[in-house]
Amino acid sequence: MFGVAPQALFGQLLIGLINGSFYALLSLGLAVIFGLLNIINFAHGAQYMMGAFAAWFLLQHAGLGYWWALLIAPVAVGLFGIVLERTMLKRLYHLDHLYGLLLTFGLALIIQGLFRNEFGSSGLPYAIPPQLQGGRNLGFMFLPNYRAWVVVFSIVTCLATWYVIERTKLGSYLRAATENPTLVRAFGINVPRMITLTYGFGVALAALAGVLAAPIYQVSPLMGADLIIVVFAVVVIGGMGSIMGSIVTGFGLGVVEGLTKVFYPEASNTVIFVIMALVLLVRPAGLFGQAH
Amino acid sequence: MVSKGMLALATALVLLAGTAHAQISDGMVKIGVLNDQSSLYADLTGQGSVVAARMAVEDSGADKKGLKVEIIFADHQNKADLGSGIARKWYEAENVDVIADVPNSAVALAVNQITRDMKKAFLVSGAASSDLTGKACSPNTIHWTYDTWALANGTANAIVKTGGSTWFFLTADYAFGHALERDVEAVVVANGGKVLGRVRHPLNTADFSSFLLQAQASKAKIIGLANAGGDTTNSIKQAAEFGIVKGGQNLAGLLVFLTDVHGLGLQTAQGLIFTEAFYWDANDKTRAWSKKFAERNRGIHPTMIHAGVYASVLHYLKAVDALKSDDGGKVVEKMKATPTDDPLFGKGTIRPDGRKIHDMYLFEVKKPAESKGPWDYYTLRTTIPAAEAFRPLDKGDCPLIKK
Repeated sequence: MFGVAPQALFGQLLIGLINGSFYALLSLGLAVIFGLLNIINFAHGAQYMMGAFAAWFLLQHAGLGYWWALLIAPVAVGLFGIVLERTMLKRLYHLDHLYGLLLTFGLALIIQGLFRNEFGSSGLPYAIPPQLQGGRNLGFMFLPNYRAWVVVFSIVTCLATWYVIERTKLGSYLRAATENPTLVRAFGINVPRMITLTYGFGVALAALAGVLAAPIYQVSPLMGADLIIVVFAVVVIGGMGSIMGSIVTGFGLGVVEGLTKVFYPEASNTVIFVIMALVLLVRPAGLFGQAH
Repeated sequence: MVSKGMLALATALVLLAGTAHAQISDGMVKIGVLNDQSSLYADLTGQGSVVAARMAVEDSGADKKGLKVEIIFADHQNKADLGSGIARKWYEAENVDVIADVPNSAVALAVNQITRDMKKAFLVSGAASSDLTGKACSPNTIHWTYDTWALANGTANAIVKTGGSTWFFLTADYAFGHALERDVEAVVVANGGKVLGRVRHPLNTADFSSFLLQAQASKAKIIGLANAGGDTTNSIKQAAEFGIVKGGQNLAGLLVFLTDVHGLGLQTAQGLIFTEAFYWDANDKTRAWSKKFAERNRGIHPTMIHAGVYASVLHYLKAVDALKSDDGGKVVEKMKATPTDDPLFGKGTIRPDGRKIHDMYLFEVKKPAESKGPWDYYTLRTTIPAAEAFRPLDKGDCPLIKK
């Protein structure tokens, strides 16, 4: 097909899926935060980067390896998110979206600037954990074990998050609190605390993606800045606030981008924005979003 | 009427006197360091280049000679339009006399033209495209440190001669990548090698796995990385992940800097072979200078680009002092006429096309066990003598050179 062997095409589809898992994890966090807090969290990329740096710190200064980082880094960065929410974001809920966007964007610039000043731009090395090194030959491609792990782990995380929010009692409280906080409060539920924890959870998802990314990319202060713009496009295409939408679009666009890298690599960093423009023209609320 | 005539005469006299004495425009030499301060090339150029320029001003003894020198800097964010805008503003509104560094060939080619139009001076250290002393050569530009031809000549020659006969390129999709790919391909073909394919990726790409799969499928013996900075480190790191080298293919980092090796770590970078113009641990002079530099640059040791900024600014100030003028065209002419001598590149010359000539070096990255600690990364494989290191003067199609 188009001069590309079908075998190579399988490989590229799989690669696209792997990259899509980062988009899915990150856009999921954004969707959770936007859906429940109405905050457009522009600091998401910086928080993803902090997750990767936390992993590096744990290894370098505490001797704790990848598996510990997978647990500790999201919690630590999530706590940082909670502090942000308590001290700054909560003052903005009654204002226009734009204020939250500007605040988080400013925070992202500050955080990235501080990290760049301290660690430079070339990044720090982080090795793949020994259990996941190497890879297997699938016949049509060589699949590194670590990438296989990334794709499985993120699918599980995404589905678990979707399940909790859409199918459990806790999730129904959360959704009710966004629809009508006063009423939910009247039932004796501590809405502000729930919102704080939700933000912390969204941030932790970003940090988790950061830990997953650390062995693949350089742990660099700029890693989030480049990614976040694409992830926002993913969220817009999927529909702001739609949990399943963000997961499906994340994986889907990873595949589209992967295929572009084969057929017309020069456009591989613009294709997602072209799709975004088309989707906005046809369905302004996004593929899975509901128009209000 | 008489008084009006007198006034005109007096004004003319004042103006004449003015031009006769104040040949340093507005009494000050103003150097603008224009580079990437915040993105993928920030460590290998960035603030380090500003530090290098400051050290050059201090070491030039400009102070004692009564020469006032000021250094300013800006971030061009790797955008040619932004870089041109800054260059134009600097020249027109801020009395900048010379622009230094300018990595990213796309930006450098734009600044090259503006500098020529405004009759100022341009000291290139960061940019790589050999077009700066070829088709786009200018009487106002000096290309100091390295270029794509020299990289190709050094690295590709060595690799093809040791059996790397078939190539696949991963090329950064802009002026620099295209120039490097072109110059390397010429060397490969001239030595009887073959290019099996190429893929052009956008600048600042995070994930190279798609491209690496294509390179793997090509079965080429050598995968040439015609990119730089973060793009190179990510390609190398992910190539290891995908078992490229274990599968029998080899990587050729066509432009690798000390900071890239530092960022990758020796475990991943060991064995890479590439061409550079400068290494901090070459001799006593470079070690002494680099120590001072690192102290002022957050411990980051100098790349060849930093060294080039230092040496080019030093030579520029020598010419300004000799001429007592900062007129761009005249200073560049004087720089070309004067043999160069500095602690980092030793003795050298500048050709009429603006190409600075010095030795180039083929380095190999040490194994982790061979390194004594951070920044001890390179072993010298070959010195490429100055006479062979750069494209012959008559082969570059520079319009300044009459054939």
